[in-house]
Amino acid sequence: MSLGFLLLLLLIPGAALAAPVPLTSPEGFRALDTPNDAGKSLSLVWKSSPGDSKARKVQIWMAEGGEAGTPREFKKVTEMPSNARYLKPGDFPWWNQPAAKGDHYVKVPSSQTFPIQDGKRYAAKLVIREGDQEVSSPVSEAISEPNWFNLAQVNNLLFVIAFTGVLLASISAARRNPHVYLRRIAGLDAVEEAIGRSTEMGRPILYLTGAGDMSDVPTIAATVILGEVAKKVARYDTTLKVPHRDPIVMAVCQEVVKEAYLEAGRPDAYKEDCNFFITGDQFSYTAAVDGIMLREKPAANFYMGSYFAESLLLTETGAGTGAIQIAGTDSDHQLPFFVTTCDYTLIGEELYAASAYLSREPVLVGTLRGQDFGKAFIMAVLILGTTLATFGVMIQSDAVNYVLDLFKDFK
Amino acid sequence: MIFFKRQLPLLITGIMGVAFALQYYIPHPVSEEAITHISKWMQIISGFALVLGLASLFQVHAVKIKRQVPGWGYSVILYLAMLVTMAVGLFWSKGETTMNGAQTGFGWIYSYTMVPLQATMFSILAFFIASAAYRAFRARTREAAVLLVAAVIVMMGRVPLGQFLLPWTWDVTQWLLNVVNSAVRRAILIGVSMGAVALSLKIILGYERSYLGGGKDQ
Repeated sequence: MSLGFLLLLLLIPGAALAAPVPLTSPEGFRALDTPNDAGKSLSLVWKSSPGDSKARKVQIWMAEGGEAGTPREFKKVTEMPSNARYLKPGDFPWWNQPAAKGDHYVKVPSSQTFPIQDGKRYAAKLVIREGDQEVSSPVSEAISEPNWFNLAQVNNLLFVIAFTGVLLASISAARRNPHVYLRRIAGLDAVEEAIGRSTEMGRPILYLTGAGDMSDVPTIAATVILGEVAKKVARYDTTLKVPHRDPIVMAVCQEVVKEAYLEAGRPDAYKEDCNFFITGDQFSYTAAVDGIMLREKPAANFYMGSYFAESLLLTETGAGTGAIQIAGTDSDHQLPFFVTTCDYTLIGEELYAASAYLSREPVLVGTLRGQDFGKAFIMAVLILGTTLATFGVMIQSDAVNYVLDLFKDFK
Repeated sequence: MIFFKRQLPLLITGIMGVAFALQYYIPHPVSEEAITHISKWMQIISGFALVLGLASLFQVHAVKIKRQVPGWGYSVILYLAMLVTMAVGLFWSKGETTMNGAQTGFGWIYSYTMVPLQATMFSILAFFIASAAYRAFRARTREAAVLLVAAVIVMMGRVPLGQFLLPWTWDVTQWLLNVVNSAVRRAILIGVSMGAVALSLKIILGYERSYLGGGKDQ
C-alpha cells in the first residue's frame, strides 16, 4: 500500500468534516416576551446548528405586526455571527428557562432603530447569510409586556421568608427562655468603662453616627446604640456631644437622646444642643470634629456607622488626644484604620448586635440566635456548593446546576 | 398622642419596609416609578431638613459668641464666611459658579477656598497613615508581628522598586490579597449582610423601636 493511498485515507474523514454545511432555515425559531423584565423588549430563540460559524451571519428582521396575512414592512435590527449568543448555564435558573441550554437566545430591547411598545404585536424573522446564499426563517409573532414578578428571583424571596420565619421563631424562643448566651464583645463591655472614665475626668463624650443618612442600615444601628450610650451618660451625668453631617439624622438623634434621658430618670439633665449639625461636606465635617477633639479633649470617642476617607483623620486625631476610642462599622475598607487607631472595634455584624447586647432585651437577643442559624445555613451552602461545583466539573455534567441554581442570585 | 408618636411611625415604617423589599422582586415600570417618586420626596424632605441643620448651626455658634467661650473667634469666622458666601452667591452670582463663560464670585470662593481646603484635609491623610502605621507596626504582640510582616511584603510587592529588589513579593502579595484578604473580607461581608437583613426585619416588624426614641412603653 503506497504512502499516498494512506494519506488519502486519513484525509477523507477530515475533508468530510470540513465540507460546508448547507444553509437551512433555523429550527425552532420563535419570538417571545422577554421574561422578568420591565417591558419594551422581545426575545428570540432558535436551535443551534452544526453549520454555525463566524462566517455565517444571522440577521434579525422585525416588523410591527398587523393582521395575519397582511404584508409587513420588515426592518433589519441587528446582525451577528451565527456561532454567538448561546444560552449558557447560569443565564437563567432551571425553573425559568426561555429555551434549552445551547440554543440561541437574543434579547431585542427597544431602540431608535426599532422602537418596541408594550401591548403591541410584533413579527420577527431571521435571515441566515453565507456568501451569496441566503435563507429565511418562518415569521414568529410576540407581544411585549412588563412583568409583575421576577420569577428568576423566587428562590431569593423564599429564603427571605424562611429567614423571617427563623427570626420570629428565635424571638419566640427567647421570650420563653430569656437566658440566651451571648459571647463577650469587648468593645461593648468597654462602653461603661469609657463613660465612667469621662465622668471621672470631667470631660465630654463624643459620639459620631457616620457618613450615612437615615436610609442606611449602619446609621440606624448607630442611632440605636446612641440610645443605649445616652442612657448610661444620663445616669453618670456626663456631657454628650453628637456632631452631625445630616440634618435628618440629627433630628432622629435628638429624639433618641431625649427619650434615653427620660428613661434614665434624668430629663432635667438633657441639653437640646448636645446634637448639633456641622455640615454635609466630608472634609469640612472632619476638620470641625478634629477641632472639637483638640479643643475640648473628650475622654471617650465613639465612631459608629459607615465611614469613608475621613475615618483615619478622625481616629488618629482622637488617639492623639488620649481618648478611649470605640469604633463600630460595616465599612470593611475602613476597618484596618479603625483597628489600628481605636482601642476597641466592633467589626461588621457586631455593630448590628450592639443594641441587643447593651439592652439585653430578650426580643432583640433572640434575633441574634436567628442570625446565627442564618450564618450556619450559609456555611453549609458554601461547603455544599463548592463540593457540587467541583464534582460537576470533574464529571462534566450540568446536573449539579439543579441544586446550585437554588442558591444563586439571578437578576 | 401616643398613636402619632408610636403606632403611626411604626405603621409607616412597616408598610414602606415591605413595599421597598417587594420592589426588588417587581420589574414592572410601576415599581420603578414608585421608587423615583419616593426619591423625589426624600430630596424635598432633605431640603426642608437642611433648614433644621442651619438653625442648629447658627444657634450653637451664637451661644458660643454670646458667652465668649474659649475659641469663640472661630464661631465669628464661621458666621462671616457663611454670610459672605450666601450674599455673594445670592446677590452677585445668582447661585451660579460661572456666568457667560466667566467665573462668578461664588465660583471663585468655591474654587479658591473650598477646594484647596478640602484638598488640604485629604492630603493630611498621608501623614496620618504614616503615624498610624508606625503605631500598628510596632511588633509588640504576635498579631502585630504578623501584620508587620504581611504589610511589608504587600508594600514591596505593590511598588516597582520592591518588585525589582524582591521579585517573589509580587506572587506572595497576590496570594495574600486574593486568598487571605478576600476570604476574610467575604466572611465579614456575609456577617454584615446577615446583620443588616436581621436589623431591617426587626425594624419592619416593629421589634426594634429604639430609633424612634426609647421603646419599652409600647
